Amino acid sequence: MFKRVQTDISNPVSIEFEGQKIDVEQGETVAAALMLAGKRKFQESAVSHAGRGPFCLMGVCFECLVEINGTPNRQACMILAEDGMKIRIQKAAIEETDR
Amino acid sequence: MKTVDTIVVGGGLVGIAVAYGLARLGQTVEVMDEGDIAYRASRGNFGLVWFQGKGDGTPEYSRWTRGSTEVWPEFSERLRDETGVDVNYHKPGGVHLCLSEDALQSHAALIRRMHDVHGAANYGAKILNRQELDEILPGLGPDVIGGSWSPHDGHASPLYLLRALHSGFQKLGGTYHAGARVERIDRDEARFVVRTNSSSHYADKVVLAAGLGNRALGNMVGLNVPISPLKGQILVTERVKSTLSMPTTFVRQTEEGSFLLGDSHEDAGFDTTSKSAIMADIANRAIRTFPFLKDLRVVRSWAALRIMTDDGCPIYEQSVTHPGAFTVNCHSGVTLAGAHAMTLAPMIAQGRLEDRMSVFSAERFNV
Amino acid sequence: MKSFDVAIIGAGPAGMASAIEATRNGLSVIVLDEQPAPGGQIYRAIETVSDQRAAILGTDYLAGRDLAAAFRNCGATYVSGATVWNIDNGLKINYSRAGLGSDQISATSLVIATGAIERPTPMPGWTLPGVTTAGALQILLKAHGAVNDDVVLVGSGPLLYLVATQMLTARYAPRAIVETTPAGRLIKAARHLPRALTAFSYLRKGLAMKRKLHKSGIPFYANARAVAIEGTTTAQAVIFQSGGKSHRIETTAVALHQGVIPNQQITRLLRCEHDWNANQHCFVPRLDAFFQTTVENIYVAGDGAGIGGAVSAALRGRLVALRIAEKQGKDTIARQNDVLKKLKADQAIRPFLETLYAPSPENLLPADDVMVCRCEEITAGQIRHAVDLGAPGPNQVKSYLRCGMGPCQGRMCGPTVTQIIADHRKKEVGEIDYYRIRPPLKPLALAELAAIESEPTRHTPL
Ligand SMILES: Cc1cc2nc3c(=O)[nH]c(=O)nc-3n(C[C@H](O)[C@H](O)[C@H](O)COP(=O)(O)OP(=O)(O)OC[C@H]3O[C@@H](n4cnc5c(N)ncnc54)[C@H](O)[C@@H]3O)c2cc1C
Ligand SMILES: Cc1cc2nc3c(=O)[nH]c(=O)nc-3n(C[C@H](O)[C@H](O)[C@H](O)COP(=O)(O)OP(=O)(O)OC[C@H]3O[C@@H](n4cnc5c(N)ncnc54)[C@H](O)[C@@H]3O)c2cc1C
Ligand code: FES
Repeated sequence: MFKRVQTDISNPVSIEFEGQKIDVEQGETVAAALMLAGKRKFQESAVSHAGRGPFCLMGVCFECLVEINGTPNRQACMILAEDGMKIRIQKAAIEETDR
Repeated sequence: MKTVDTIVVGGGLVGIAVAYGLARLGQTVEVMDEGDIAYRASRGNFGLVWFQGKGDGTPEYSRWTRGSTEVWPEFSERLRDETGVDVNYHKPGGVHLCLSEDALQSHAALIRRMHDVHGAANYGAKILNRQELDEILPGLGPDVIGGSWSPHDGHASPLYLLRALHSGFQKLGGTYHAGARVERIDRDEARFVVRTNSSSHYADKVVLAAGLGNRALGNMVGLNVPISPLKGQILVTERVKSTLSMPTTFVRQTEEGSFLLGDSHEDAGFDTTSKSAIMADIANRAIRTFPFLKDLRVVRSWAALRIMTDDGCPIYEQSVTHPGAFTVNCHSGVTLAGAHAMTLAPMIAQGRLEDRMSVFSAERFNV
Repeated sequence: MKSFDVAIIGAGPAGMASAIEATRNGLSVIVLDEQPAPGGQIYRAIETVSDQRAAILGTDYLAGRDLAAAFRNCGATYVSGATVWNIDNGLKINYSRAGLGSDQISATSLVIATGAIERPTPMPGWTLPGVTTAGALQILLKAHGAVNDDVVLVGSGPLLYLVATQMLTARYAPRAIVETTPAGRLIKAARHLPRALTAFSYLRKGLAMKRKLHKSGIPFYANARAVAIEGTTTAQAVIFQSGGKSHRIETTAVALHQGVIPNQQITRLLRCEHDWNANQHCFVPRLDAFFQTTVENIYVAGDGAGIGGAVSAALRGRLVALRIAEKQGKDTIARQNDVLKKLKADQAIRPFLETLYAPSPENLLPADDVMVCRCEEITAGQIRHAVDLGAPGPNQVKSYLRCGMGPCQGRMCGPTVTQIIADHRKKEVGEIDYYRIRPPLKPLALAELAAIESEPTRHTPL
């Protein structure tokens, strides 16, 4: 489990992940905040739809893509968490049935 | 030294389609190609299998293109059966969209002329007004005022096509040499000697299908190949749910879900860098046409060089001074891949281009 | 369009030092960096870090404070949150400002100070959620004070030990350290020791770090081979061979590391020449003695010029700035020589480190069933098959397989693809070369692209 070295949150920001409310520290990236909340799967891969989660945390790998406020393909490790953000697991764009 | 039936110079879509077609007929074929980095239009195109506006003023080209779109369904199935590679060919029809009254006027005139060439029953394309367009392409922006639709048009993955043809060619026993740039072609009695920096290859016939390289190679076998580069840039978006039911000339959605946006034309010599301002122009036109694209993110882009003749029509020709030396050049190598493999290759195997092909001789530029 | 004497991309040690030196010499400077604050990788969050975290991160990290402060005061225009996505002819630089649209500036000279990225670490299971790079753990710690009590570290390289030490100091020691450094490396590296000894402080720090780790009781597994991560939907265990035995460690988090390599995106975009550096196992832009690339007026400073560490990064940044000033008529030769001397001394440790911590062979040339391109899910076997079909290099492999076409734009597969092709064709890696890099360097909203100044071209029906 990821934990904060400073245990208490001093400037809370409230976000939602898959409908679940999560309080996070202001200034945390969406990726860090979700990892601290114990989330590991962020997206389903475009090809096999396998679960994926953040890998590099520096904007290089694009494994941390999530849907934020309805917009897909947002890079969670490069975006700061903001109050009221609604985040969802990014689903593969093409469903098998569409093919 | 062993002598093969045919050496094809160039392993792009044109060369490999001809080589594949020859190998299917049981010919022994070697393909000579350059290395990983080369001017290779086959790696940089838009993937349309397109007929509706082609061959204005040259009915033979229009018919030739139409013929290719007719063989494409069987051709792509054959490739899948032989190689296991699905080239994602679909023929849902295609649309050319017009964003101004002027553009629509002149496009309608073009469609009328094509109509006259092929006859109403045969041609099949028609002008659609905005309401008619809305029925087949939801999401059009206010600037789109009309367009034309043809049932014969479609699209495919040009990259999978290239791979399928390479794979099929080799399965039929063909030999492919990468990193084998041809430096010289000579005649040694009855056969051709094709030389790279490090090896010599012998064949009864040679097909120049080296794209922009044909100009220089043609001189070695008495062929005048007046072609020049015409730059095009293409943008690719992230993958999204499949929404576009059919391709248009500058926006299409791939099997993977990405949108391809393109259709820029620049005379920029051999420059293949991507220019931001041109990318912006492509983005602009795409958004005006389909406003829902605006939030999609561009993940890739590229620039590539078309192989153009002054009149836009292909050059197919056998050398008079060096019989057995052919050249094949076109700016629609995806569309024409079917014709090149199934129709042109048999002519080359016979050693003679049919009479109807004489309009494609480069002689036409010498008047 | 605003124009500057020097544009610097990257505000890590190299970019910051370069900006300070350039402004000191009267040049007008703009610095573009995609992060919200200066610091780069090593000094990430240096301006805002709490004392508690600073104590965990150590003195080398804190050295960045003065540099960042000097940078803030140097008079350079600094744009944070600015991601460079294309550079047009004439050094016209396009950058995206985190949701605020794109801008364009031009410069007479360009300093690329975009640093390093971690080397891709393909192995079975490396795409499972719960698997990260070791650098990722460090970023979580530096920027967010986040630590994990259930991590197995796998790989080799100084950064791996640094991360382990920092975790230990934070009282969240890693569960185990699985070292992939093959046996015998130390002996190989020993011949570089005499030179390394001239950089004694690095050696001493490194030794102290390892001593501390060994004393802490963290289990170490040496010469690990056949490393794989198990799990169905998320990481569940690391399995490997070490000391003649098979091991399996259950864990929810695995952090991989095989060293860092230059971030080549911009030098490749600009079609600068690159050479294969066999000691560092990576491509490095071809540079003259003053770090100018094969393209006039384009320089690379910092780890992007070859991995050299933070001190050298700053020195290179200064040298480049002095060189540019000299070209604009300033007399800076004496100071250049001084910097060159310091650079040479600082680099003394490198051959030793490079030999000792060379990446693990099974990472460089993964087995056929290992996924190499994470975005398009292409395996090493498929790449070998494409080579058998005649693809001579990475660009043809890319077009056959789509590998490298996903959103990461080949950053996660490119180095491995090149290695696999070279090995399979029995060619030198340098000869195989790399993907051609195209804009946008990072994904860019279509509307944002459409909003920049455009140049209409002919649209003729096909
Ligand atoms: C932007 C763009 C969009 C396009 N869109 C479409 C489309 O939608 N539909 C369509 O049908 N067509 C389209 N095209 C055209 C299509 O890509 C080309 O017609 C086709 O790829 C040409 O194939 P080619 O084999 O002649 O040339 P290339 O692909 O250029 O191949 C030539 C080959 O010859 C090799 N070569 C050159 N010199 C030598 C030598 N001396 N020795 C050995 N080998 C040599 C090169 O390395 C190369 O591999 C488009 C083209 C561009 C640029
Ligand atoms: C994850 C990671 C952690 C590391 N941690 C340490 C450490 O703790 N100690 C240590 O000694 N070494 C560390 N290193 C090694 C590090 O590379 C060097 O020590 C040092 O940071 C190099 O400095 P630099 O100035 O060359 O580049 P960096 O410090 O990497 O700075 C490069 C900057 O360029 C920016 N950038 C990149 N591309 C673009 C773009 N297209 N547009 C705009 N900006 C861009 C980045 O945001 C970054 O801020 C680490 C490396 C990595 C990859
Ligand atoms: S975690 Fe790699 S890009 Fe976000």
